[in-house]
Formats: sequence, structure tokens, C-alpha cells
Amino acid sequence: MLAPIAAIHQPEISLSPAALPNYALRTTMRMLAALAASLLFTFTYGTLAAKSRRAEMVLIPLLDVLQSVPVLGYLSFTVVFFVSLFPQRTLGVELAAIFAIFTSQAWNMAFSFFQALRTVPHDLDEASHGFRFSAWQRFWRLEVPFAVPGLLWNTMMSMSGGWFFVVASEAISVGDLQIALPGIGSYVALAIQQQNLAAVGWAIVAMTVTILIYDQLLFRPLVVWSDKFRYEQTAAQVVPRSWIADLFRRTTYLRRAGDAFGAAAQAAARSRLSFLPHVALRPWHPPARWLDVAYALCALVGGAYIGRQLFHFVTPTLSRNDLIEVAINGGITLLRVAILIVIASLIWVPIGVAVGLRPALAEKVQPLAQFFAAFPANLLFPVAVYLIVRFELSPVIWLSPLMILGTQWYILFNVIAGATAFPTDFKEAATTFRIRGWRWWRDVMLPGIFPYYVTGAITASGGAWNASIVSEAVSWGPVSLNGSGLGAYIAQMTTAGDYPRIALGIAVMSVLVVGMNRLLWHPLYRYAERRTRLD
Amino acid sequence: MADTDETILDLRNVSMAFAKRSGEPLRVLDSISLSLRSGEILGLLGRSGSGKSTLLRIAAGLIRPTSGEAIYHGAPLAGPAEGIAVVFQTFALFPWLTVLENVEAGLDALGLKHAEALRRAEQAIDLIGLDGFQSAYPRELSGGMRQRVGFARAIAVQPEVLLMDEPFSALDVLTAETLRTDFLDLWSEHQLPTKAVLMVTHNIEEAVLMCDRLIMLSSNPGRIAAEIPVPLPRPRDRLDKEFGDIVDNVYGVLTARAAASVGALRQAHGGPGQPLPPASVNRMSGLVSILAAPPYNGRAELDTLARSLGLKVNDLFPIAEVLHILEFAELSEGALKLTAAGQVFSRSGAEQRKQLFKEHLLRFVPLAAHICRVLHERSGGSAPRARFETELEDHLNRHDSERTLRAVTAWGRFAEVFAYDDKTRMFLLIPRVR
Repeated sequence: MLAPIAAIHQPEISLSPAALPNYALRTTMRMLAALAASLLFTFTYGTLAAKSRRAEMVLIPLLDVLQSVPVLGYLSFTVVFFVSLFPQRTLGVELAAIFAIFTSQAWNMAFSFFQALRTVPHDLDEASHGFRFSAWQRFWRLEVPFAVPGLLWNTMMSMSGGWFFVVASEAISVGDLQIALPGIGSYVALAIQQQNLAAVGWAIVAMTVTILIYDQLLFRPLVVWSDKFRYEQTAAQVVPRSWIADLFRRTTYLRRAGDAFGAAAQAAARSRLSFLPHVALRPWHPPARWLDVAYALCALVGGAYIGRQLFHFVTPTLSRNDLIEVAINGGITLLRVAILIVIASLIWVPIGVAVGLRPALAEKVQPLAQFFAAFPANLLFPVAVYLIVRFELSPVIWLSPLMILGTQWYILFNVIAGATAFPTDFKEAATTFRIRGWRWWRDVMLPGIFPYYVTGAITASGGAWNASIVSEAVSWGPVSLNGSGLGAYIAQMTTAGDYPRIALGIAVMSVLVVGMNRLLWHPLYRYAERRTRLD
Repeated sequence: MADTDETILDLRNVSMAFAKRSGEPLRVLDSISLSLRSGEILGLLGRSGSGKSTLLRIAAGLIRPTSGEAIYHGAPLAGPAEGIAVVFQTFALFPWLTVLENVEAGLDALGLKHAEALRRAEQAIDLIGLDGFQSAYPRELSGGMRQRVGFARAIAVQPEVLLMDEPFSALDVLTAETLRTDFLDLWSEHQLPTKAVLMVTHNIEEAVLMCDRLIMLSSNPGRIAAEIPVPLPRPRDRLDKEFGDIVDNVYGVLTARAAASVGALRQAHGGPGQPLPPASVNRMSGLVSILAAPPYNGRAELDTLARSLGLKVNDLFPIAEVLHILEFAELSEGALKLTAAGQVFSRSGAEQRKQLFKEHLLRFVPLAAHICRVLHERSGGSAPRARFETELEDHLNRHDSERTLRAVTAWGRFAEVFAYDDKTRMFLLIPRVR
């Protein structure tokens, strides 16, 4: 599988700004293809996990682990794998890039869908049984519509994360295999090679325009459309708007086209499509224990087998020293992530609260924060690297902020959302009792935004781990900066094509991420949930 | 009203028990047999926990009973059947579908041509008085209009049997009255395709107003306690003496069952496993004060009391029941009578009330005494809530044990018998010296 691959014919990348629209379009198409794959995965994987208790026992923990594996870490493996599937052609490389984006998007979408399926309101569930919907009708009439708002939100989050990975995965070299797919990512990679700061600037402009168009043409209208799937039976306070959606509603021929599409979708959802008779209900029995045990045993044996294979793959070349080196590097990156999250929190929490308490301002700042979160920060790296080289700053310290450059915005916009949602009567109560200063933060505001903050911080720290792989070791033309750390380690081993050490690096990073989630974030989240409920 | 005596839906020896994680399965329904006959509206009355909604779901084919069967057209129900439609308490409308689409959705399973489905949906909408609202989404409608959609959706499938699960209980008084009247008009004029209706309710007046026959269920487990015919002509008048007599009769049966069930429970459990209804100390105090004052002077009929307080009898029951358990009052034959202790309680000041409440709590609520004893026995004077949860779940289901524990926590806190820290989820002893 990992045999060296003959050189693939690849088109030259041009640094002319005129080539950028084409590159931007290609980058976007990769995103869309990955999105389609993610949706397909979501609908099947999520449904399977929700419908079968035994499937859930394996699928959900697996999803939890997959979520924590750094996408950029295993890029080298997937590139080599896909290229070996379609040798001599760029299709394999394209698939590898799409697969990388897919892995950055699919997990949380599947999770959100799974959770929605689990929380379908009981009365609607009964109604769909009472009116004898077939499984197909139930899926499209009840389950998917109920999941839409959460799924769309997660898709948007995934997409904004996705830009980062599409840029990173377009230009990659694994061992002696050098890949540059036509796209914005390769454009920037070439600009870095040639130390062309102007071209980096053009790429940033192109990316900005692309994200804005994407948002306006795709997500805004979808958000407007998804508003009708809200489960609450009350009218919305703020109705989302989109000029594209308005265009479709007001323009006759566009509306007709939309209606025709809607009617076709309706008809498809309405058909019974059931080859099985309606499933009769049985009284609930406690599941057979021995079957569970047997099943768990099978899953364990399977897991152990895979683990052993991996172990065998890694061990011949690795020594204890490698383990120590990786552990030290892991410690460095862990320290970085921790310090950066603290610093970002100290900066963005007060700003987020200040903005969130002013609704007029929040309305303007919120989309900006979301845009920054979507903007692939790796496009900005060259600028920072140029400055570090220029002023001869220490890379060990000054490369660190790059890790959180793209993900700190999750903290900001979650805090803004929390402060905006903070109940007015609490604010008024605090004002009438003249609670001010530190007491106000400690007793009023911080508990109020805490759950939101935790959500933001989880995303930010997860993103930072991923970003470490592209930000701890960077180059500007012939100059290479190495900030050391686990990300730098994985990046170096990728360039060297040293698979066992890449695997070791990924494994350690996954363990660190899972550990941080389990030991820090999940308990914090549960605590926040419990403390901030009134009933 | 009954055209024929043909039985349409027949429940035979239906029992239902829910499996629990430990111990005996929880029995909800105990060998219930009843027949729904053509041309009648049959009412199922009972208190919460009597399993009446479960019984309705068995009749709908939504749940399979543990034993016994529901016979429809000569065959046992194996799932929801074509001729049976359900109207839900919470309406159960799909928020993402318009009124018309919601009604059509009910027809999906019939596999009709779209034109035919549309025609039938429009017909039902027209009949139920929803014309002009076809393109509205449920969230734009008031509760009453939403339930009309629920009715239209059920009627559109032209069901032979209509099952209604407290269809008016989520509506305000006036709206509920309008909907009831409209429904009864359609029923009396034979405008509905339906042959028989089974309706679950806890509102006694509503039951007497609408039904031809009432089946009263007792609680824990649900059994048929009584069957009361309502041979009044329609339209019925609430002010008729006969109407009032039947209502009183039903109240009597219900409260007698309630008092008996409290006694029976105490007999049966005699220990901390007794389920406790949720009633706040404030409400108990309030009820005692009102009961002690004129015009009641210590004794009142529950329905009179409920009516004058603007409460439903179902809201009053748990409070009355707790007063009964604590022996501040006696519940029998539809009346609540203060005991001597209750009289003293009503005349006392805040501190004395607390003292009295504490004494009665420890004496008559075994669970409170049990928690207190455990706290004294343990060296740290504290015990995790989970411990009592597991103990309770040997006797009660999850929901009841949670409710019971919550009630006893609130009472214990008020009486200063013990304290509870939600952060650590621990019960604590209150230091004696304060």
C-alpha cells in the first residue's frame, strides 16, 4: 500500500492573479464534493447508530475517537492510499484532498444527526406510528426535518473548518511524492516557495471573496429555509433573512423552478417505498445479557486485532527514544495549547461580553467573527512568518500564536451568543442591586455565559491541536522555522515519509486530545449544564 | 345514542407491566376487559398513574400489552390499524408542515394518489372549520386551532374508531368548551365517518358532558374500579340536576378510590417505598388555612373546593393526599376534613407550624424518617442521594421515585429535618445547635 508512486503528471501552478478565480472555483468544488460525501455519511452512519443499540455501542465511541484524530496528521497515509488506487492520474490526489475535507466535516455532522434522532419528540414519534408511516416516510417526514436546524448549524461549522483543510491538503509532499492540485492552497504554497508576498495577498483576497459568496449563495438561503424546521411552537424573535431566498420567492420563474423542485422532493418523501410490512410493536424486554456480552467481546477482539496490527506496523523501527521524543514534543504542544487558550480567553471573553450586551453592535460583529472563524488561517501564516524572519524573532515563542489564529474566533462568537442570550431580568436585577466590578463578573456574567464559553473553548482547543501540524514548522522560501512540538514532529516525519513515526505522532496527539476532552472539557461542560439550569 | 350494540374494539384481559432494571416489573394495568361499541363515546377516567393513556395506546396498537389482547375486526392488533386514528393531547403536529400538509401527512400511509389525498384533506379541513388556514404553519396558530388540525388529520383518514387522549386538556377553558361543542355537534349530526370514540380524560365534567359510558380506573396498578352509564340526552346541560348527580357520583367514586389507595399503599409498603405526590409546603399550608376558615369550617367537598379555588380537581388531589398522609386532614367520600392536628396547624404561627410539620413528617412519612436515621447512623452525618434513589427504585418506577425524592427533599428542608446539597448530591444532617 505504501509503495513509492511514479510521478504524476500535474498542471503547473501559476502565480498570476488572473488564475485565481479558476483556482478558487476548484477549491470550492472540492469543498462541495466533500460536503455531499459528509451528508451521505451522516444519514447512514447516524441512522445506523441511532436505530441499533448494538451498532451504537461501537459506532459512537469510534466517532468520538475519530473526532479527536488530527486530520492533517494522517493526510500522508490517505494521499498515498488514494494515489495507489488511481496511479498515473490526478483523480487519486483529488480524492485524497476531498477525503481530508470529508474527515474534517463528517464526524460532528453525524453526531448532531444521531443526537437529533435520539431526541425526536415523543408525541411526533407516536403520531408517525399511529398514522402508519413507513420507515422511508418517517425518515423524510419526521427525522430529517427535526434534525435540520442542528445539522445545518454543524454543517456550517464544518464548512468553516473545512477551508483550513482544503488549503492544507492541496499542496503536500509525502516523502518523494510532491503534490500540488490547482487551487488556492497550492497557489499559496508556491508563493511561499518563491517568497512572493504580493501573491499571498492576492490569495487572501480571493479566499475572502470566495467565502463571502459561498455564505451568501449557499448558507444564508439555507438558514432562511431551515427556520421552518424549528421545533419550538412559538414565533421566532429574529427572522433570518437572505436576499437570495427573497429573490427566489419574488421572481416568478425562479419561484416556479423552486416549487417544481419542492413538489418532486415532496412526492419522493411521500412514497412509501417499503418492501417490508409495517413493523409490529413489541413490548420492551430487557435485552439479553449474554448477547450483549458476546457482542462486546467480538468488538473488543476486533479492536485488539487492529491495535496489534498497528503495533506491528510501528514497532520494528521504533525505539524507546522515539517514544520519549514524542512525549516531550507532546508536552510542549500541550503547554502551548493551554497557554494560548488562557490568553485567548482573557482577551475575547471581556470583549465578547461587551459586544454581546449591546445588541446593535453584536449584530454587526457576530457575522464578522463567524467570517474570521471560517477564514483559513493558514493563508495568513506566510505573512506572520515573513515578519518573524524579518525581525529575527524566536520561532519557539512567536510561531505559537499561529495555532490559535484561526480558532480563537469560536471563543469570541460563542461568548457573544451567550451574552446576547443572557436574560434581561438578570441584568436588571444586577443593576438594581448595584452589583458591579469583580462581583458582577463572578456572580452574574461569567456563570451566565459559562456553557457557551465551554462550547467555544472546546472547538478552539481542538482546532489548535490540528493547526499545530501546519503551524509549528513553517518555511519562507529557503528559510525553515521550527518551533518544535508534536505538530512540528508530525510535519517533519510527513515530509520525510517516515510512516511509523507519523503514526506514533498521530496516536500520541489523539491520546492527548481525547484525554483533554475527557478530563477537562466534558466535566466542565456537565458542570456548566447542571449549574445553570433553574429546574 | 347507541345505534347497535355491535362491538368494534375489544380489549380482553389486558395487562401491562414495564420492565425495570432491578426487581419486579412495574405493573401499570391489571387484566382490564372492555368493549367499545358502535355509536358510543366511551370515557376513560382515572387519576394520573392509573394507566389510562397506556390503555389508549394499547387500543391504538402503539404499544403491545404484556398479556391479553386488543381485538379489532376479529383479529388481535399487531400494530396501528388502518381504521383507527388518534388525537393527541399535545396535538403532535409536524411544525415544518403547513396545516394542509399536516392533514395530508396522515393520509401518507394509505398510498393514495395525490389528488385524492388532497381532496380528502380539504374535506376534513372544511368539516373541522379550518378553511382559510391551509397554508399556515402550526406555530402561527392558537392552541385551539392547532387541536383542530389534530382532529382534521385524524378525521381525514376516515377512521372507524377515533381515540382521543385528553384532547382538550392542553387548551384554556373557553377554547376547550368551543372545541367540545363543535365536536359533539358533528358527532350528533352523524357528519363524522367514525363509528365509535374512546376518550381519555381526567376532567369529570367533560367526561359526563361528552360520553355515553364512563370507565373509572383505579391506580397502581390500573384496574376497572367502576362503570357508570350516562343516559342523558344531548345536548346536555351542566345545570340539570341529573347531570350534577352523575358528576357527584363520579367524584365520590374517584375520591373513595383515592383515600383507599392511600391506605392501601401504606398497608402495602409500610416503609419508605411509598410514593409521595408532589405538593409544596406553601400549598399545603394554604389549603389548611382555607379549609379551617368559614365557610368550610374544617370540612369541604373536593369539587366545591376546587371550583371555588379555580383549580382542577386533579391539581387539588396531590395536596389533599399529602395532608391525608401527614394526618392533617382526612380524605374520604369526596370530602376533605381537617383533623385535630390540622386545626392546631391552622391556628399556629410560622415557627410552630414548622415544628408541627416536622413531627408529622417524621412520624407519618417513613422515607423522611429513614433518611434521618441513615444520616444519624453515618459518621459524617451525610449520605448520597443515589443511595435513596436505588432503594426507592426497588418499589417505584424512575419517574415516581424521582418525584418522591424531590417532594421529601423539599419537605425535609422546610422542616429542617435534614439539608440537601445539590452540588454534591448529598443529604446532610443539620447541626443541632444553631
